[in-house]
Amino acid sequence: MIRDLLVCFFLLSGGLLSLAAAVGVIRLPDLFTRMHAATKTGTVGVSSVAIAMMIHFGEVTVTSRGILVIAFFLLTAPVAAHMIGRAAYRSGVQLWILTRIDEWKTHGVNEQNDDD
Amino acid sequence: MQMFITNILLSLLWALLTGNVSEGNLMLGFLLGYGSLWLLYPATGIESSYFKKTLQSLGFILYFTKELIVSSWRVATDVIKPLPRMRPGVVGIPLDAETDLEITLLANVISLTPGTLSLEVSKDRKTLYIHAMYVINPDDLRAEIKGGLERRLLELLR
Repeated sequence: MIRDLLVCFFLLSGGLLSLAAAVGVIRLPDLFTRMHAATKTGTVGVSSVAIAMMIHFGEVTVTSRGILVIAFFLLTAPVAAHMIGRAAYRSGVQLWILTRIDEWKTHGVNEQNDDD
Repeated sequence: MQMFITNILLSLLWALLTGNVSEGNLMLGFLLGYGSLWLLYPATGIESSYFKKTLQSLGFILYFTKELIVSSWRVATDVIKPLPRMRPGVVGIPLDAETDLEITLLANVISLTPGTLSLEVSKDRKTLYIHAMYVINPDDLRAEIKGGLERRLLELLR
């Protein structure tokens, strides 16, 4: 009973988080804020579904695979997000118009000139 | 590290002795091994940091999970609200982390907590530029990351 409730809880929250991530990709204003929604809310969503799977089956093979899925997601998602964000910023993608400050531009401008 | 391997061997030994190699029994063996190592390590006088480190790792994992859940909830609700109350910005964070490993892990952990995304490390490796979704006051954000994630991560690694 409790196990079923836990499975339901994790499946539902995982699904809702993934939905929120998808909606975020459409609704948010610029590339950087979209990356936030796509990578991280998505990661927590997938992890949550994997946890539900592990609780539901409760077998060693399934659990170990679930843990590996979560571990690799946590390892790879931030690297991909970092690379995309960095490449976008360097190639001059515009920040959203309401972005408050850009310290990279103000402090790091000399460095960027060195690269060119 | 040596202690950790000893601990795993002890848990295997426990599983073999009880003749039951299931995950629950291995876990129990690990806990029992941890306890006996904790009782015995003053006599050996080696690697006493193992017990402090395990507690710190557990604390870090709990803290990180809490951050992950709280902030993904914040981003998720914000995405759905009719008028998002985002205040995005790019903030430079002065780094105390020095080695490649420390900087990489810190950047990864910052990227993983929703609301912050690490963009670039400056050439002199003193500043990490992050894109954050909620910049009310850049100094508050800096203090939050330095006092929370970075301090805990460095405590763990050093």
